[in-house]
Amino acid sequence: MSYHFAIIGTQDNPLFEYEFGTSKQGGDGQARFSEQAHHLNQFVLHSSLDIVEEVQWTNGQLYLKVIDKFFTNYISCFITAGNVKFLLLHQPTATATAPGGGGSSTTTRSSTSVGANPTSPQTEEAIKNFFAEVYDNYVKAVMSPFYRVNMEIRSPVFRQRVAAAGRKYL
Amino acid sequence: MAHLGPGKAASSKEQAGLRYPSNGKTIYHRPLNRTKTAELSQSSFAYLFSEMVTYAQRRVTGIQELEKRLNLQGHPIGLKLLDLLLTREPPRSQTRPLTIIALLHFIKINLWTHLFGRQADRLEKSSDPDAPDEYMIVDNEPLVNAYISVPREMSQLNCAAFVAGIIEGVCDGAMFPARVTAHSVGGKEEGEMWPGKTVFLVKFQPEVLEREALIGKG
Repeated sequence: MSYHFAIIGTQDNPLFEYEFGTSKQGGDGQARFSEQAHHLNQFVLHSSLDIVEEVQWTNGQLYLKVIDKFFTNYISCFITAGNVKFLLLHQPTATATAPGGGGSSTTTRSSTSVGANPTSPQTEEAIKNFFAEVYDNYVKAVMSPFYRVNMEIRSPVFRQRVAAAGRKYL
Repeated sequence: MAHLGPGKAASSKEQAGLRYPSNGKTIYHRPLNRTKTAELSQSSFAYLFSEMVTYAQRRVTGIQELEKRLNLQGHPIGLKLLDLLLTREPPRSQTRPLTIIALLHFIKINLWTHLFGRQADRLEKSSDPDAPDEYMIVDNEPLVNAYISVPREMSQLNCAAFVAGIIEGVCDGAMFPARVTAHSVGGKEEGEMWPGKTVFLVKFQPEVLEREALIGKG
């Protein structure tokens, strides 16, 4: 399972990006995206913004769950009060069952693991916790008197905190 | 620079010259929730606010321009408070305001309680059929004006334009772009109950009403 996390500002401008892999089930926390996927991921994430803008007015929740899917890439979204979007692209590893069809033996074995089944309640909950922790830290970043809305977040402490949240929940 | 904190070896190079707090604590180490009783001294606020007004006044020629500057000083505060106040809500009621009414309630209750320790006094919709985009938030006794005496020749001025800026920041941040202005409406005669009564006139952009109508249908 590999993740690509991005914070998108109100003008659809990226504020922060971070790639990581799962730390559950003996994962080493490294992203396993292919060489070209790095650019494709950014493209996929940004293309889902259109859907976010549709969904955000029908649902007042901050966490909008999985809103978009591009082949095996699932995109979860969290939208802050200030209309800044947190997008998480998650890509189950090839060994996990392909969604929809696939071997039943792998399904039963991996359905309990976070991420193997991108739309399961467990995964939704794990991602929700991840977003909530990042949101806490984002609000702290916003509260800094030197930060203005839509500025890039460069703080190494923020990056460490996002990494820690990723290790903890995903 | 407190928000940057100690960097790792890799990143410390590019940040050479920045100073870090000696205890290593950054803004990320501080809690988001504050105890309910945490209040600031009103006299120190009044002192700072009078300096802000003086600062703005030195650089303008007219009252409108002065109010505009006060408004701009408040705007970023509103943007920041929107996120902060929503995170302080209990998780169950943590929802983004989707309608004008929900947003104004959030301002009247949450924002006002946070800033002034009480709710705003009234919320009104303009009764003028030509202005369905106008809403009013009424404060009988704005805290910011407590120690401000406006000279007679500037009677148009209301320094609560600063608070109007905060409200505007909240509205803009929540994707309800609006113009917010502060107006004194208290009577001048003797025995008036609320001589400092101020109305914050919130005028939403047409696209907000358009969206509101669409959401109402769906």
